[in-house]
Amino acid sequence: MELTPVLSDNWDADQPWTLAGYGDYSAARKALAMDQDAVIQLVKDSGLRGRGGAGFPTGNKWGFIPQGDGKPHYLVVNADESEPGTCKDIPLMLANPHVLVEGVVIASYAIRANKAFIYVRGEVLHVVRRLQAAVQEAYDAGILGADVLGTGYALDVVVHAGAGAYICGEETALLDSLEGYRGQPRLRPPFPAVEGLYASPTVINNVESIASVPSIVANGVDWFRGFGSEKSPGFTLYSLSGHVTRPGQYEAPLGVTLRELLELAGGVREGHELKFWTPGGSSTPILTAEHLDVPLDYENVGAAGSMLGTKALQIFDETTCVVRAVLRWTEFYAHESCGKCTPCREGTYWMVQILERLEKGEGDAQDITTLLDSCDNILGRAFCALGDGATSPITSSVQYFKDEYVAHWEQHGCPFDPSASTLWAGA
Amino acid sequence: MSISEGTREEARQLMARYPRPRSALLPMLHLVQSVEGYVTPEGIGMCAELLGLTKAEVGAVATFYTMYKRRPVGDYHVGVCTNTLCAVMGGDAIYAELKQHLGIDTQNGVTDDGKVSLEHVECNAACDYAPVVMVNWEFFDNQTPQSAKQLVDDLRGGTPVKPTRGADTVVTWKEAERVLAGFYDGRANEGAAAGPATLEGLKLARSDGPNKSGAEKSGATR
Repeated sequence: MELTPVLSDNWDADQPWTLAGYGDYSAARKALAMDQDAVIQLVKDSGLRGRGGAGFPTGNKWGFIPQGDGKPHYLVVNADESEPGTCKDIPLMLANPHVLVEGVVIASYAIRANKAFIYVRGEVLHVVRRLQAAVQEAYDAGILGADVLGTGYALDVVVHAGAGAYICGEETALLDSLEGYRGQPRLRPPFPAVEGLYASPTVINNVESIASVPSIVANGVDWFRGFGSEKSPGFTLYSLSGHVTRPGQYEAPLGVTLRELLELAGGVREGHELKFWTPGGSSTPILTAEHLDVPLDYENVGAAGSMLGTKALQIFDETTCVVRAVLRWTEFYAHESCGKCTPCREGTYWMVQILERLEKGEGDAQDITTLLDSCDNILGRAFCALGDGATSPITSSVQYFKDEYVAHWEQHGCPFDPSASTLWAGA
Repeated sequence: MSISEGTREEARQLMARYPRPRSALLPMLHLVQSVEGYVTPEGIGMCAELLGLTKAEVGAVATFYTMYKRRPVGDYHVGVCTNTLCAVMGGDAIYAELKQHLGIDTQNGVTDDGKVSLEHVECNAACDYAPVVMVNWEFFDNQTPQSAKQLVDDLRGGTPVKPTRGADTVVTWKEAERVLAGFYDGRANEGAAAGPATLEGLKLARSDGPNKSGAEKSGATR
């Protein structure tokens, strides 16, 4: 298995976050010499799919923007990385903010936008600094502003820090937040491509999606399609965390398996074995050791009953209590539910109560039935995917580890020792 | 404390960055925290007045977001990630020990000397460095209860601390909030590009082993 560092290629360079350390924006120069529609077509042909979780084809999103409508168009980069387990965009922007800015230039030009926003979560101070500095450098070098790279095209970019709300990673909640409101999702249609920011046509793309564009423009469609599969082409950042010998970022072609990635990462931590894992954050149903050979692309993870999501591979070994893990995720969803939709707001609250009881060993079989029934009443019944995501850990953990729920009430408590799971266990 | 004309002028600068001024509300609330320390009634009043909103409308936004504080926090606001992965890796133990060590019982509680406040935070996008502790939103990776206690002791005692991935020193809460409001402090060139976990895959790709970079062989350019 060959690794494919493209986005991560300059992360070990000298000051790669500076313009001098990054390069000359040659991909942007190339794109700006092309017709806008040709740039959109190129990204469509590349097959690049959104790296923020849903996997929607990026070029198609751009193609939905109505042209000649007389309204301003906007590009919004979703840099609100907050899905539990997900830790790829933050190191990308810390090391290489200019690849994002270059992608912003290309994407904005293609959709005929003169204003772009990078909505970055607020809780990452140094990443905000690196973005601010990169954007300022780009202005000073004539890469942004009234005359981008001497082409006459005008583009302004604003770095906008959020203020702590997972829901703002949901694209329509992000738009409400960016307009200065509480971040609550909007009903669709209308979709953001038609009525997005300020009710104008808006493209919202994940950081990694936009950052992938310069290399596609520079190297071409065939090069990009040389990695990955027909329906999931290209390379991507896989983030391994938890009970693994060498957690970290591994940039590989789409379709690599967890078995292969674990081999690169030195395996599950010494003396332990894989119990469960998430393929793409806590909102993607958990998988087990029986799924080690599932190709990690959009189709195959879906066929295995989960989702590729953000490729956030959280690895948990046999010391981990699955009920504790699921309770904590459920507390997270209850805390982050924006409150707009009753099934999600109320459902997550009650599911926490039930899971707390189960975790203490005070539950019973009826609690499992009630939990699954609650999930059934949330899934598909909320405006946005937060509600759906809240059900994933519960339904998948009951599917694979029902015995462990039972063991909690049979033993009148949690059978696990939490200290055995820690980073310093055995040290 | 009353808000100065200089701060109001900076708020107007933020409003001018957006096609519609209300988009500046989140940055303006960060600006309020950078001068007041938290979202004070005066700060809400300033935002309301400049944006032509009611105080209730501004308050409704401010209370939605966890980074906006309704009471003063410490000069150094410590966040311990207790989302599932960090919790399992030791975040729960770190948070429990810090609460006891600092004598803080409540979310966002502050030490008597006003130096340090403590919050358990949700996933901060550093899972490959679990368990993670934040100080004024700078990363302190791979923490243990011992290292975290040393960290807060240093913060209280005025001993400089260095984030694992961040600036060379931790700025104060108010200074950090000013950057988040959108006023760059000129410190982007401090610190490393990446931590060791970030570079694990790249290191393998650079080696001559079987995982050598496939992209390099195909002659990719960035």
